[in-house]
Amino acid sequence: MFKLIKQFTSFVAMVAVLFAFTTETMAAKKSKTLKNTQKKGFVRCGVSQGLPGFSNADASGNWTGVDVDVCRAVAAAVLGDANKVKFTPLSAKERFTALTSGEIDILSRNTTWTLSRDADIGLTFVGVNFYDGQGFMVRKNSGITSTSQFKDGISACTNLGTTTELNMRDFFNSKGISYTPVTFEKADEVVAAYDAGRCDTYTTDKSGLAAQRIKLSSPNDHVVLPETISKEPLGPVVRQGDAVWEDIVRWSLNTMIEAEEYGITSANADSMKTSENPAIKRLVGAEGEMGAAFGLDNEWNLRIIKQVGNYGESYKRNIADTGILPDRGPNELWTKGGILYVPPSR
Amino acid sequence: MKYKILAYIFFIVGTSDLLIKLFYGNIFSDLTEDYYEIANPILVFTPVLFFSLGGIFLKESKVSLSVENFGTSRLKYYTPQLICLVFVVLIFLFFTFNAQMNMENRGIDFGFGFLNQEASFDIQFSLVEYDGLDPYWWAYVAALLNTLLVAVLGIIFCTILGIIVGIARLSPNFLIKNAAAWYIEFFRNIPLLLQIFFWYYAALRALPLPQDASPLFGVTYLTIKGYYMPAFVWNNLNIFIYLVLAAIISIVFIRYYAIKLRDKEGKQLPVFYISAFLLIILPGLSFIIGGVSLNFEIPVLKQLSATSFIYDGGISVPPELIALTLALSLYTATFIAECVRAGIQGISKGQKEAASSLGLTTNQVLKLVIMPQALRIIIPPTTNQYLNLTKNSSLAAAIAYPDLVLVFAGTALMQTGRAIEIVSITMLTYLSISLAIAALMNWYNKLIEIKEK
Repeated sequence: MFKLIKQFTSFVAMVAVLFAFTTETMAAKKSKTLKNTQKKGFVRCGVSQGLPGFSNADASGNWTGVDVDVCRAVAAAVLGDANKVKFTPLSAKERFTALTSGEIDILSRNTTWTLSRDADIGLTFVGVNFYDGQGFMVRKNSGITSTSQFKDGISACTNLGTTTELNMRDFFNSKGISYTPVTFEKADEVVAAYDAGRCDTYTTDKSGLAAQRIKLSSPNDHVVLPETISKEPLGPVVRQGDAVWEDIVRWSLNTMIEAEEYGITSANADSMKTSENPAIKRLVGAEGEMGAAFGLDNEWNLRIIKQVGNYGESYKRNIADTGILPDRGPNELWTKGGILYVPPSR
Repeated sequence: MKYKILAYIFFIVGTSDLLIKLFYGNIFSDLTEDYYEIANPILVFTPVLFFSLGGIFLKESKVSLSVENFGTSRLKYYTPQLICLVFVVLIFLFFTFNAQMNMENRGIDFGFGFLNQEASFDIQFSLVEYDGLDPYWWAYVAALLNTLLVAVLGIIFCTILGIIVGIARLSPNFLIKNAAAWYIEFFRNIPLLLQIFFWYYAALRALPLPQDASPLFGVTYLTIKGYYMPAFVWNNLNIFIYLVLAAIISIVFIRYYAIKLRDKEGKQLPVFYISAFLLIILPGLSFIIGGVSLNFEIPVLKQLSATSFIYDGGISVPPELIALTLALSLYTATFIAECVRAGIQGISKGQKEAASSLGLTTNQVLKLVIMPQALRIIIPPTTNQYLNLTKNSSLAAAIAYPDLVLVFAGTALMQTGRAIEIVSITMLTYLSISLAIAALMNWYNKLIEIKEK
């Protein structure tokens, strides 16, 4: 009898240990990146070295921009505070290494989604937060109004290590124009060289041209040509191999876009909890279990909308109101003639 | 002897091991068993092990085999070295293993196959034919040549300037002496990167646009978009080159004869004038009777748009190259000037006085007595400065000069995402260039050092 009790207790102990192990592995299963982020208390986010409208630091070191807002949204979702982000400014050259080496956890740095980047170098693109295309900026007094007026011997300034470099070659080759590429590592150096007259044209993503134009000594003397020579879907990137973290970043972005679709703003988010529409209620955490799969509570998406705002608010605050690109173009919702279309949160 | 043979066997095995692994990958990489996972990092470093063992044996063969040379027993002599070696190999293993694990977790594969892929980006200018259709390794060659170009130009200019300033610093003339001193103190105490930025951006803004440029030396134009020079268009260039070679060979003979004449009969031949005469007359003859002709392709202003112009034809030197060469030479020349000064001051005054009292002219004193001795002091530290200049040329990336760092460790790295491979290739390349320069300078140093019989 005594032996039996002893056996029974040891069995119970074993089950308890096993159970403890399984719960432990369930928790660990959540996401290593998420766990580390919650332990550290801030989201590590890689941004540009200064691109107004996307990621730009003001004089007191506050970062603003649509790319910055993606990181803030993730911070609001997983930490409850949109300000708990550590921004690391990166050059185009450094950005992927910083992400794959684990120095940052999200790369939100106007990065073009391409096949080779997605498949080759251990990265995963989670979505698109800005649909862009490469364009050219020239001096107004050059009289050039279209890329068809480019002539042999033209010199083009651009950034190093970007898809721009490749698109530029494709473009000039297909037109049969010989050109001189002048590539700099930092955007500020490109602007300075173009401003000084080293190059006849400055080429990069059109949003970038619009943003950098402000930095020129006399912005009104320069004009962005109408042609778009490439597709540049820009979006946040995460490391490959952490599916849960990938999902968190993807759905943080989707939440912002979908909130705009349903008219939920930072101002009215709380009152939307009593909405009749179940889709809206799901987006503000009043219905369904939308956070459990990520290992988050149910109001993670409400926090994003309340603290960061929806995509439209972010765009208006950062890009439209600053005069960079007042017209949303393709970055308008699908319901309003744009191509922003995200899967439903349900 | 047998140690030497053993050493060379190890070297050969190590080299072939390295080459096989570089080109064919690890021969065990087809095996997928678990033990391979553990063995792989060890196998990566077998060449290092072979080289180290080879080195030990080579050393063994060089010291004579008596025990006294070790100062102790052979066991005591080698044990700490072996422990040290094992320790170093273990550290390497640790990092390789870690890197491998991390790369595997993130789905990054390792290999040099990408070098054969199409590069599909353009380079601002290159010394060889390069097009985006060429593979990455050709982009590497083009970039490497650009690095060598700026290094060679920099070394030439900084040597000339350094010698002039170094001698000027010892001038009895107050103005020259102080000007040289101020130049040295100013340029060597400002960070090089800032100087590069200064020359690039200051020069850019100060230079005229192509349409406003007034000709320099009649046919060359210094503009914001570069320095445009006429290109040479040769006819029968080979005949011209043969005659230049012939002139050089005859000069060598004449010098030899002049030395003989001086030693035997005490006569001085005006070797310099004869040499100059030969160098001008022989190639000059080729124009008259050899059918050689030289034309110039003069750069012509070409309009790209209402306000944008360039010069077409001729040779154009990009402003990035000018700024970089200028910054590197001006910076390094200050150090070389100090080496030269140290060299000359290191020779005792008595030497100069003795030479003068023998009736040698001032030039002869400098050329025959002071300089040969001063060079022995000057060469070793100057070698360091040459190495510094070459390594500093990697700052080119800051001003868009398409060197190895900008093109290969920049664009190519970005487009392929193969950071480890490309950075290690780049590091090995700089190491090789530096070692080659050091070897060359050491050879020259050997040539001029005191030969004791």
